[in-house]
Amino acid sequence: MTPDTFTRSQWYAIGRLPDFEGAEAKPVRLLSQDLTVSDAAGVLSVNDADGRSLLTQIRYGHLWTTLSDTPRPLYDMPEFDEPDRRLVTVGGVGVRCSGLRCVENFLDMAHFPFVHTDILGVEEHPSVESYDVSMDAEKDEIWATKCKFFQPMASAAASGGQMTEYKYRVPHPYSTILYKTCPIREDVWDLVGLFIQPVEEDECIVHSFILVFDEENTDTGLLHFQQNIFLQDRMILENQVPRKLPLDPRWELPTRADASSIAYRRWLKANELQWGVALFNEAA
Amino acid sequence: MKLFDYVLSGNCYKIRLLLDFLELSHEKQAVDFFPGREHKSDAFLQINPLGQIPVLEDDGAYIRDAQAILVYLASRYDPTGTWWPVNDPSELGRVAQWLAFADSITSTASAARLHDVLGYDLDVAQARAGAHKLFRILDDHLANQELQGFNWIAGSNPTVADVACFPYVALAGDGGIELFYYPAIQRWIRRFVNLPRFKLMPGINIFN
Repeated sequence: MTPDTFTRSQWYAIGRLPDFEGAEAKPVRLLSQDLTVSDAAGVLSVNDADGRSLLTQIRYGHLWTTLSDTPRPLYDMPEFDEPDRRLVTVGGVGVRCSGLRCVENFLDMAHFPFVHTDILGVEEHPSVESYDVSMDAEKDEIWATKCKFFQPMASAAASGGQMTEYKYRVPHPYSTILYKTCPIREDVWDLVGLFIQPVEEDECIVHSFILVFDEENTDTGLLHFQQNIFLQDRMILENQVPRKLPLDPRWELPTRADASSIAYRRWLKANELQWGVALFNEAA
Repeated sequence: MKLFDYVLSGNCYKIRLLLDFLELSHEKQAVDFFPGREHKSDAFLQINPLGQIPVLEDDGAYIRDAQAILVYLASRYDPTGTWWPVNDPSELGRVAQWLAFADSITSTASAARLHDVLGYDLDVAQARAGAHKLFRILDDHLANQELQGFNWIAGSNPTVADVACFPYVALAGDGGIELFYYPAIQRWIRRFVNLPRFKLMPGINIFN
């Protein structure tokens, strides 16, 4: 299947800047297409298999490109310009499932106690309290707010269990950002996010970042914390069947805790997204 | 005692496991193996010219190579003398033999995992095929051990051979290598995760 218009019109992160230092036609795969990245004296360029030069931009510590000549603008994260924040780019991790599944898993708090046991959740506190989900119509993005969850070790900077407050944002079919209570500063949020590079309909590379206030941990300490969490997710994601995202309501039965996932699926449908979606009549 | 550690490394996990089994207090220094390739930096090459992790610092000396560190820790700090059974030459020979086998698991099953998870450019089909060949040998061996009443690779108790082989066998699924075909390996994994003070690493599916 060729990518639908909504999928094709997006910007995609394809790696961190240091990943392309001195690159000479380094192969990269995006939306089932072979691309190359080259570094000419610090200027990065991306070409498709026919040698056509693609649009690029450098933002949020990553190189972004698009197959479209008229892409939708890349969403804003003004927090990247705030002083004192620490940015750690975690590196691309390959996952054998649709990137849409990765977004959905990221939004799901119910898995914390069981997948991230004793870090993001404990088995004694498995319940997901109700939260609000809304559409920002102007920016065309989803927000889930007032999410609360008991977390024994919400971040590398946490010194003990806390009721963590969360906001989730989905501004892009393959990106999602978590805003969570900062354990060491009041009235600010720490950010953790995924920039997903869809490789095939059922395969992706997940680039993630952390943008936090943290005076205690080294960058490498933050990196290890995040990679450990994501590898816990990876195993679950690779065991999901089918590997593409099932959008047909006959397939899975959502519950109240899945409100953000329901909104995400509705939003994908409203935008007529098809690439990466499992069809009901293809079911195993 | 300090371990130069990378959280996703199976070879570092071997050392973390034995440090916990032997209840040895230690500190860890996080190495940015991926994506930063800190193990290839000039500073790290001073510590290990091979540019590999793990490295253990103890008493002012650096010890490199996962299997060597296991032997060192068990010889020096295991009062029971069972993890590295120096008083039983025939068992010790078997343990040493399986330590070398563990290195072959690293060059196959671990390579497939590096390809699939971290995008390393290598021949993944060859790495997976090599791992399957080794897992067949290990599965047959473990099944034979069970028939003789032995639960572990070298005999009736766990040794550094089990610690050395465990991580990249148990993490094989990360590299697209199914353990479905190896029932004796699966039973051994279940025994291993039930050892006192065992800690799980992401990528190990204990519900297999």
